[in-house]
Amino acid sequence: MTENDVLSLRAGDMILISGQIITGRDRLHKFLYYERPSKEQIPFNLEGTILYHCGPVIREADNRFEVIAAGPTTSMRVEMYEHRIIAEYGLRGVMGKGGMGRQTLHALQGNVAVYLTTIGGAAVYLAEKIKRVSGVWKLKEFGMAEAMWVLEVEDFPAIVTMDAHGKDLHEKISKRSYAELRKLVGIA
Amino acid sequence: MNDVSYFEYPMDEKKFHDAVVDLYREAATSLPADVQSALQDALEKEERDFHARLALSVILENVESARKRRRPLCQDTGIPLFFLKVPAGISHLWLKNLIIRATRTATKKIPLRANAVDVLTDKNSGDNTGIGFPIIYFDEKRGRKIIVDIMLKGSGSENIGQLYKLPSPELNAERDLEGVRRCVLDTIHKAQGRGCPPYIVGVGIGAAKDQVTKLSKEQLMRRLDDTNKLEVLSNLEKKLLDEINLLGIGPMGLGGMTTAMGVKIGVNHRHPASFFVDVTIACWVHRKARMTIDTTDM
Repeated sequence: MTENDVLSLRAGDMILISGQIITGRDRLHKFLYYERPSKEQIPFNLEGTILYHCGPVIREADNRFEVIAAGPTTSMRVEMYEHRIIAEYGLRGVMGKGGMGRQTLHALQGNVAVYLTTIGGAAVYLAEKIKRVSGVWKLKEFGMAEAMWVLEVEDFPAIVTMDAHGKDLHEKISKRSYAELRKLVGIA
Repeated sequence: MNDVSYFEYPMDEKKFHDAVVDLYREAATSLPADVQSALQDALEKEERDFHARLALSVILENVESARKRRRPLCQDTGIPLFFLKVPAGISHLWLKNLIIRATRTATKKIPLRANAVDVLTDKNSGDNTGIGFPIIYFDEKRGRKIIVDIMLKGSGSENIGQLYKLPSPELNAERDLEGVRRCVLDTIHKAQGRGCPPYIVGVGIGAAKDQVTKLSKEQLMRRLDDTNKLEVLSNLEKKLLDEINLLGIGPMGLGGMTTAMGVKIGVNHRHPASFFVDVTIACWVHRKARMTIDTTDM
């Protein structure tokens, strides 16, 4: 994705992603945050790509990886790391479920990137949108779920829920639900 | 590991092992009919909200694909949780060891994602077994049949559950059912869309932390159309379901009228000094299955 692509997206838009994305969850985030490997030390180019919070089920048969199930994991767990990873590695998108916090929202604005929500639990449906595994890093060390997988996707559905202009759909829904909660239980 | 296979045992090890592997497959790949039809109903209700409709359509398509292709509905195949009811005279240890063996087989064959991580070394055991993993509870029952209930509990939803001790000044919640109501609404509001709604909510009330958490999970084994035998709780279950759905969090937290599909509440006696409430959330991928084995056939 280019800077202009990202700027054209608004919170609430639905998109279909085609091209290369990478996966990373808890362990990879902690690693990138503390070990700070240089771009040259990472075997794939992260610039302009989307980091997908996903710990897939992948079967290896005949020297080929087959993606069995690959839905999103809860993004909030990597909130304390993501802002710097977006900035240092030039990501244009972060994808997961449940939304992220203020630090990430600021990083999205500052670095021109978006947060995308895809459908949690829809792991077979989403795996069918992954056409090929084109690489993997840290598989031995981190294991299947926590490794960085490079995936070629086609028409992978997602909704922009935090955009590069500071709009956050999760915050809007959370505020609205709090107003309802106050009505129901009468707390100040 | 303890091994009791040297006992002269009147039951067929292989039969029980294979049946548990099948139970894993059934739970991991096909959604219970009541949950699927609740999702279908939700789709019909969410006519105004584009995001809710999109989420529910993808969810329902996923349910079909997973069942057809015999693949796990979700890549997080969860923490396996077993509730067994066993006739007197059958060794729990024997059953436990067979479940552990079946867990290893199921992880490879279905496949399930290996989710058991050593707390101290961060090493994944690779086969879904480890210290206290899977979780297995036993109870004795009359008759000749063993009942095995399994739940594959996703951890996105497990992480958003909450334990409360009442009274809670913060929630203005006292030691009564109104206090319990406030706890449940607080949990759902704090959870927002992080645990994959529409949710199913299990609530346990009682004397001690371990007891209420187990009780709340037992509630999640009830069918969605199951009515609480205690009328006062049945009323609270219905009221809370309506109120949760007023919060507008919606499928996947993207807004909408369906934030939960069911609320189930159980009570134990409490200590005069304690009033614990545990709220356990199940994601929409509420994977559970039951098998009944007649021991006279084994």
